[in-house]
Amino acid sequence: MGLLGWIALTPLLGALLVMLVPKEEESIHRGIGLTVAIGTFLASLLILGDFDRTQAGFQLVVNRPWVASLGINFHLGVDGISLWLVLLTTFMVPLTLFSPQAIGLRNIRVREFIIAMLVLETGMLGAFLALDLFVFYVFWEVMLVPMYFIIGIWGGERRLYASIKFVLYTLVGSLLMLAAILYLYAQVHTLTGTWTFDYATYASLMLPRGPQMLCFGAFALAFMIKVPLFPLHTWLPDAHVEAPTGGSVILAAVLLKFGAYGFLRFAMPMFPLAAWSAGPAIAILAVIGIIFGALMAYVQDDVKKLVAYSSVSHLGFVVLGLLTLTAPGIQGGIYQMLAHGISTGGLFFGVGILYDRRHTRRLDDFGGLWAKMPVFAACFLVIVLASVGLPGLCGFVGEFMVLLGTFTAGKTWQTDGLPPMFWSPMLLAAISATAVILAAMYLLTMYQKLMFGPLDKPENKADHVRDIHGRERWVFGTIIVAALMMGLWPKPILDRTEASVKSFVTAFRERLLDADKNPNAPARFFPALPAAEKTALNTNPVTP
Amino acid sequence: MSFSLRLIPLLPFAGATVLLLFGRAFSRQWVHLIACLAIGTAFLVSADAFFTALPAAHESGGLHDIVWAWFASGDLKVDLAFRMDALSGVMCLIITFIGTLIHIYSAGYMSHEKDYARFFAYLNLFCGAMLILVLGDSLPVMFVGWEGVGLCSYLLIGFWYGQTANANAGKKAFITNRIGDFGFLLGMFLLFSATNTLDMPGINAAAKAGAAGLTEISWMGQPVAFWAALFLFVGAAGKSAQIPLYVWLPDAMAGPTPVSALIHAATMVTAGVYMVARLGALYLLSPAAMAIVALVGAATAIFAAIIGFAQNDFKKVLAYSTVSQLGFMFAGVGTGAFGSGVFHLYTHAFFKAGLFLCAGSVMHAMSGSGDITKMGGLGRKIPWTHRVFFVCWLAICGVPIFSGFFSKDAIVAGAFATHVFGESLSWVGPVVGTVLLLAALCTSFYMSRLYFLVFSGECRADHETQHHIHESPIEMVGPLVVLAVGAGLGGLIGFPGGLFGHEEWNLLGHWLEPVVGPELHIPHAVEVTVMAASTAVAFVGIFLARAFFGGGYREPAHQFARSMPGFVALVRDKFRVDELYNFFIVRPLRFVSRGLFVIVDRIVIDKAMVEVPAAIVGVFGRAARWFQAGDAQRYLATFAIGVAAIFYLATRPPAPDAFKVTIQGTAVDVDARGVAGTAGRTLLYDFDFEADGTVDRKGSSPTAHFVYEGTGTYVIRVTIKDPRWGTSTRLEQKVRIQ
Repeated sequence: MGLLGWIALTPLLGALLVMLVPKEEESIHRGIGLTVAIGTFLASLLILGDFDRTQAGFQLVVNRPWVASLGINFHLGVDGISLWLVLLTTFMVPLTLFSPQAIGLRNIRVREFIIAMLVLETGMLGAFLALDLFVFYVFWEVMLVPMYFIIGIWGGERRLYASIKFVLYTLVGSLLMLAAILYLYAQVHTLTGTWTFDYATYASLMLPRGPQMLCFGAFALAFMIKVPLFPLHTWLPDAHVEAPTGGSVILAAVLLKFGAYGFLRFAMPMFPLAAWSAGPAIAILAVIGIIFGALMAYVQDDVKKLVAYSSVSHLGFVVLGLLTLTAPGIQGGIYQMLAHGISTGGLFFGVGILYDRRHTRRLDDFGGLWAKMPVFAACFLVIVLASVGLPGLCGFVGEFMVLLGTFTAGKTWQTDGLPPMFWSPMLLAAISATAVILAAMYLLTMYQKLMFGPLDKPENKADHVRDIHGRERWVFGTIIVAALMMGLWPKPILDRTEASVKSFVTAFRERLLDADKNPNAPARFFPALPAAEKTALNTNPVTP
Repeated sequence: MSFSLRLIPLLPFAGATVLLLFGRAFSRQWVHLIACLAIGTAFLVSADAFFTALPAAHESGGLHDIVWAWFASGDLKVDLAFRMDALSGVMCLIITFIGTLIHIYSAGYMSHEKDYARFFAYLNLFCGAMLILVLGDSLPVMFVGWEGVGLCSYLLIGFWYGQTANANAGKKAFITNRIGDFGFLLGMFLLFSATNTLDMPGINAAAKAGAAGLTEISWMGQPVAFWAALFLFVGAAGKSAQIPLYVWLPDAMAGPTPVSALIHAATMVTAGVYMVARLGALYLLSPAAMAIVALVGAATAIFAAIIGFAQNDFKKVLAYSTVSQLGFMFAGVGTGAFGSGVFHLYTHAFFKAGLFLCAGSVMHAMSGSGDITKMGGLGRKIPWTHRVFFVCWLAICGVPIFSGFFSKDAIVAGAFATHVFGESLSWVGPVVGTVLLLAALCTSFYMSRLYFLVFSGECRADHETQHHIHESPIEMVGPLVVLAVGAGLGGLIGFPGGLFGHEEWNLLGHWLEPVVGPELHIPHAVEVTVMAASTAVAFVGIFLARAFFGGGYREPAHQFARSMPGFVALVRDKFRVDELYNFFIVRPLRFVSRGLFVIVDRIVIDKAMVEVPAAIVGVFGRAARWFQAGDAQRYLATFAIGVAAIFYLATRPPAPDAFKVTIQGTAVDVDARGVAGTAGRTLLYDFDFEADGTVDRKGSSPTAHFVYEGTGTYVIRVTIKDPRWGTSTRLEQKVRIQ
């Protein structure tokens, strides 16, 4: 199966194992779940050992026929773009399973919860690693189902509304994407005479302008919903508010990343001309999202909703960074994804603690908690500051690189010979940079309402409002160490993304310039498929 | 040359980490021992670096220490690196020396505090961040310290978090500083896009060389250097409390007094001045930017000094005084007298820290109250505090020989003598100089008012408080005395030796020369005139204040207050700037955000774009449900309708899509036979060969023959009718007859 295959499928095997244990044995379920998740994390560290940072292409590739007659291969691989997202996933899942608050107050159906989390992990890992569009699509949909159950079963009062909204939004996008994948499938067959879902083949397929726009639209819609980009974001606050802590953490830390990842892996490289044409619109939506999300967060009185809107703002930076087509912009965007995973994941853990102690999420119900729970208050402060983007913590590096990449993009495009991706990058960067002020406003206001001020409400003085202890401390300690390390020593991460990002930029530029020259040429391959690959495809012609 | 500069910030950081993690387990003695040792050792290391290692390294741009590569991408390369040259060395010495004194003082001042370890941890953390700020070799590293000190300021202002006012003040400070940081970020981006580097030496070298990227005109007729300098100055104005971003500093006095002395007087708030001096070469490229810095500084100096007239809280007076003195420093660096600005920064660090610590000592004696209307006659009761305050008071008033005199004089004289503004802006220098002299008069007045109200005359406090008045313990008085010595004699380090033909007597100017360039040459006449003027101004202020407040409130003071009640109230309310900001910025922002939330998210997106389409789909769903109710009759009825529909569709003539046309000369043969499986049906065909509405052939025959009269392009229209269903299909085809 290869290392990657095992990493992707181990959680699923773990889920099957959990199913075999009788329902009553909750501690065994938890034990198996945690062991499997930690095992997956340790295994994913092996990738880091084998990963060659100088290589731009896919590494540790696993390629086995799955449904040969349809040209579907179980094809996995990792490059600098997916490497750290995979590690983020394998890092966050055990942490979530370890946290006592993961399931939330409705501490029921522990076995099912753990199964759902493990299946979800397989879905996420598979989707990050997939190099076959069919396999990608399968894993993409596999993610959806457990998340639907996590929100729908273990969620809050309006869990049904939220879970259905989540599924409908995501399905609309992914069905259109499926249609586009099938269209590409047929196009590739027309050109090569073989049926294949191979990513590399699709990534060099060049469609004429019209179909390219349509296919990009289908892919981009799916990813824009996932990011989520304004105005497709309203499912997110609802989903977050209703989801149990574990669901919120994974949703924010990993699931949302598929939006930006999808742009980087699929929508932009496969349809450069369309991505370029839509660039200004998407960039403006991203900037609107940055500001709008921050303003919305500023006026929320539900802590979870506030954090959810802060995600909208933070992920706007990621999309803006990717669109700059500059190395700092894209690397910063990737870094921001990871940092957001750590800091927002941490924020949701914190909200989980608050909800556990007080059974409320309304800001006005809190106040003065520092006196009651100083250790938690200090930990939460570090995480809040990481999210604010304080230099030295994880949030700063990504945000800085994205803003710098955007600000100087005009110059870089000129030297790179790239037609402008969007209008007035300096102005957009300046507008986006105001989010550093807004982030301080909403997050510090939130923090103050929670922790500072007099401890005057009797519910907050009650004995069960205990400081964090035991496993809770380990969860926060881990998050803080990660946030500090990412803030002070980002080099190891950035180094391993560099080669892939650079080759992404070059490939995109070559393809865009070529497409721009003859936008209405019939579908073809650019760059041409390597001869070896072509013959390999032709020696095994299959017809469905 | 390398030196482990990293030790300097690392020591206080280590202290902070130990205290934060294990502080609650330590006794008080251990807590302050660890904290004081951490910062004290940092002072020794700084002194070692400055006095032994640095002199040999001036040529190579100072001591340099790369910890590791921080981040890099494309052209962007940022090392986590420190550099000590004369300027950052002087700053390091000030920070660690005064920091150590204040740590020692705090051991006494905070001795009744229950969160002792947390306080010292924050103090250590602050010192570490401040040292990173001054030692940072590149703008992003400086920014780490820049934001780090902002964070510590936030934490220390809100140290007594239980009180809402403190928490609010901390938040206000952080957010106002972030507005400045926004400018700092944009300034950095501009510099990077112009020079392709973020290292200070690189930027300064590019600026000195007049790099094309910096001097090219970018926007509104101003070069890139202007905008970069301006945006960075926004950052400086935030951190150093200049107009319009000064509002956070007075509120910051809610924090413990040693914090006010260390952070909000001696060190952090001077970071903006330091940054402008650090990037002096950049500022010199743009006279317009320099003029803005100088004018904002001068305006702040006089504006804050006027507010200082009417404040009745001991620390508030000192806070506005700090704002005002920072204005002096900016006026100094803004007129190109970088050395003088830094000189004033240094003397101010001593006398203002001394004044604040005296304030702490006085409030300690007065059972925590800082209301100067309730003080008076404290000179006899707390003699040591009084003596120290006396020296610092004379220093800030600018009485000759005391430190403030030399530094203030250097700035004012520099303003009159400067040439950096060029021809068109030459008016800036004299204007700034005059305003500064007026501000010095105001300073002398409000500081003397404070002195007389607190220390002279009879005590106005209630009996209970009076009974408790006592001198502070030795750990508080000791640092005070050291500061008083610095405030009294520290000015000699920058003695204007040029006046006596001995430039080398200006030791500080000599140290700083490799970094900020040689001291400005000030003509003899200007120097002497300014000295005389500022001495006069200092004494006039003192005597005026004595006439108003000597020995307590006197009749002239009451008279003045009665004659202009509106103005006095306005000054006492700090010109109501906070209210103005609240009304025009804070509340509208909240209002707009709430409006957007309700209108855009709730109504437009969730209702109009999500729920309305959902409802439309729902209508179809309900209609479909009607057919599936499990009612056999309904099923039969639907079945019958379905069969009828299928029958209709099956028997309906399918629309033929084309007919055949054969052209021979001018004759055409049209064949519409079996166009789309019409065989076996009785159909009627109408042929109109010119598409003019008149039917040329008609009948049940699917073929027709026709001869045109001339050549040209014609449209043949065939209408096929099914008499059974009454349907018809019309087809057209274009022919060209040659």
